Amino acid sequence: MSEQKLQSQTVQTTGHAWDGDLQEYNNPLPVWWVYTFYVTVVFALVYWTIYPSWPFGKGWIGGLSNITYVNSDGETKTHSWNTRALLMEDMNQAAAAQKPYFDKVAAMSYAQVAKDPDMNGFILSAGKALFSDNCAPCHQAGGQGVVGFFPNLTDDDWLYGGSFDKIHETITGGRHGYMPTFSEVLSPEQIDELANYVASLSGIGHDATKAAAGNVLFHSETAACYYCHGADAKGRKEIGSANLTDNIWLWANVPAASSAEGKVAAIRSVIASGLNKGVMPAWAGRLSPEQIKVLTVYVHELGGGQ
Amino acid sequence: MQTGLEEQLGLYQKRIPIFTRSVKGRFRRFKTTVLVLAYAIYFLLPWLPWSRLDAPSQAVLFDLPGRRFLIFGLTVYPQDVVWLALLLFIAAILLFFVTGLVGRAFCGYFCFQTLWTDFFIWIEHKIQGERPARVRLYRQPWNREKLLKVGGTHVLWVLASFWTGMTFVAYYAYAPQLVLDFFTGQAAAAAYITVSILTISTYAAAGLMREQICTYVCPYGRFQSVMYEPETLAVHYDARRGEGAHGRASARAGQRTLDERHEKGLGDCVDCGLCVQVCPTGIDIRDGLQYKCISCGLCIDACNTIMDSFGFPQGLIRYDSEQNLAAPEPTAPRVEWKRLKTIGYGAALILMSAYLAYSIGTRGSYDRAVNQIRQPLYVVLSNGDIRNRYQVRITNKAARDQTYEISASGIPAGALDLGNFREITIKPGHSGLVQASVRLTPELAEHTHHFELIITPKGKPAEARSENVRFDGPKEEHD
Repeated sequence: MSEQKLQSQTVQTTGHAWDGDLQEYNNPLPVWWVYTFYVTVVFALVYWTIYPSWPFGKGWIGGLSNITYVNSDGETKTHSWNTRALLMEDMNQAAAAQKPYFDKVAAMSYAQVAKDPDMNGFILSAGKALFSDNCAPCHQAGGQGVVGFFPNLTDDDWLYGGSFDKIHETITGGRHGYMPTFSEVLSPEQIDELANYVASLSGIGHDATKAAAGNVLFHSETAACYYCHGADAKGRKEIGSANLTDNIWLWANVPAASSAEGKVAAIRSVIASGLNKGVMPAWAGRLSPEQIKVLTVYVHELGGGQ
Repeated sequence: MQTGLEEQLGLYQKRIPIFTRSVKGRFRRFKTTVLVLAYAIYFLLPWLPWSRLDAPSQAVLFDLPGRRFLIFGLTVYPQDVVWLALLLFIAAILLFFVTGLVGRAFCGYFCFQTLWTDFFIWIEHKIQGERPARVRLYRQPWNREKLLKVGGTHVLWVLASFWTGMTFVAYYAYAPQLVLDFFTGQAAAAAYITVSILTISTYAAAGLMREQICTYVCPYGRFQSVMYEPETLAVHYDARRGEGAHGRASARAGQRTLDERHEKGLGDCVDCGLCVQVCPTGIDIRDGLQYKCISCGLCIDACNTIMDSFGFPQGLIRYDSEQNLAAPEPTAPRVEWKRLKTIGYGAALILMSAYLAYSIGTRGSYDRAVNQIRQPLYVVLSNGDIRNRYQVRITNKAARDQTYEISASGIPAGALDLGNFREITIKPGHSGLVQASVRLTPELAEHTHHFELIITPKGKPAEARSENVRFDGPKEEHD
């Protein structure tokens, strides 16, 4: 027989007997296992030299692997391997990969960008990322806004105009909506009459007598509503005053009120206290011109701009 | 007093080298056939040309950067991952099914560890000679002959391992270009890393570790034992016949013929040990069924050769079931498939294979997904109309550019607005996005909860598919 016979023998014991008959099995590890252990030791040594490993003085041994990246101030930095630098490097690479698309957007007109299927895909993805990072805190993730606070960008009503140029102007320079407080100038009865008139413009349940009085007041010098909202109450896009004749409500939360009285009350409160909260910051310094252009097209496509 | 330290035992178990003797027979022929076929497919497939319009002309190409898998005329995209899941499921069920019937057939004939070990032993045999020569070489001190023969074996092993790794990588890039790039130092880093890892692991697994992979590393070999049943066919030594009343004995004069042996109460086993010498895992099958047995059938071939030379009937070692061997009147071994488990596995196998074939056979030329935009669910427009918006993603899975048209039914004509894209042209393997919006009057919106969005590949009206999509309005909010 040969060496092979040995492999099919019974289990070894340590050869030591306690209390006469108590023996211990010996199942030694296969030797390749030990060699694998040595390989892991060598691996660890290589790992130490490449990556940061040991604390040393007030710092650590950085290892041979370095990462070079450009930080947000445009400075080129080289650092021993760490995940923050790795993230910066990844972000640099991602920005470089996006650059051809941004360059293409910069070179094209708005109409061209909106009609190009490839660019359309880029606008939808890059625009969504930019919108989520910068605009969503106020206008919400889908651009639906919040009634009473932030305009809905997905409807067909544009306070300052919905053309590419107007949207671009809004993003670049920001906006500030303002309406004076009328409770200081008008009596509660007059405010109630005005509210009924505004409700009548949108076809909401109202008191016809009060609305007729409100109509007179609206166009009078006492309240002077028509200065901003226009004689036809359709608003003026140059100053961003609201169109009062449509079904869209930004400041007065009319849709939330279930009764006609509630809806009128919501309008009343806006007339009484006025507005000084329609503030949108200017993005000119914060976003690059290409980013603003991408956002312009993205927002335009959200509501089927004008 | 005993301290337990009198005799130091080795802390680690050294591998006992195995020198297998070559053998001829049915199972050897079958194993060789499988090996040649499997190697022909594995090593030649990356070099098989296949003409394509938009991709390298390679029959099987896993184009990872392009996120597609080109398999002859079929292009598989990541979204077809369910096919992979089905394939893995089928493979698992096939393993259970076959193991329940004929034991570890996968281990013995088809496993790549077995194939590569077999090939490496063949190289060893060609250079160093038959088993006795190899044992002698192993025992003799290092000299010129040993150095040349052993060194030559290892060099060939490394070369075979290298080409194994190289071939694997060739499935992931256009093979002729890859090989050229590889040797001129221009291939991707991933190619060099993969080839070196596979070279090392193939050399270690098939050259050095061999049966230890099956014994210590591989989980399949171990868990296949739970699939054995008493009816399962496996490589068995017929102990009743082999041992007789007084055990096995060599065929000396006076106990050479069966009659003489039966007279003396001796078994049919002549104790030649050939079954042990040919075993690639170094076990003695006469000790019974054991976990190290990979069921390769070489001991059957060896034993049958000896039985023939003595004029004894074949099949002292044979495929048989535990049940049959233990029966008072053993019958001829046969595959026992009439068992609930086997039939269940068989049914699952047929069902899943049919589903996979159906799924591949009826695959569309494009994928579509219509997502309603949920932020906001609906928009009230200035004239009171309700608008819902949808994002339509179309993936072109055909081999050439295709234009798709989108239309709707169940809503008035003109309610569907596709913005700037009435139709969209998509390159093969790419996806396109279309923003669609639907605008209905408040009265209509109140009654419209669903409608059909129809996507039609231009010029192929038969491939039009419709998606039932929701329409939401203010009324439903209070439902």
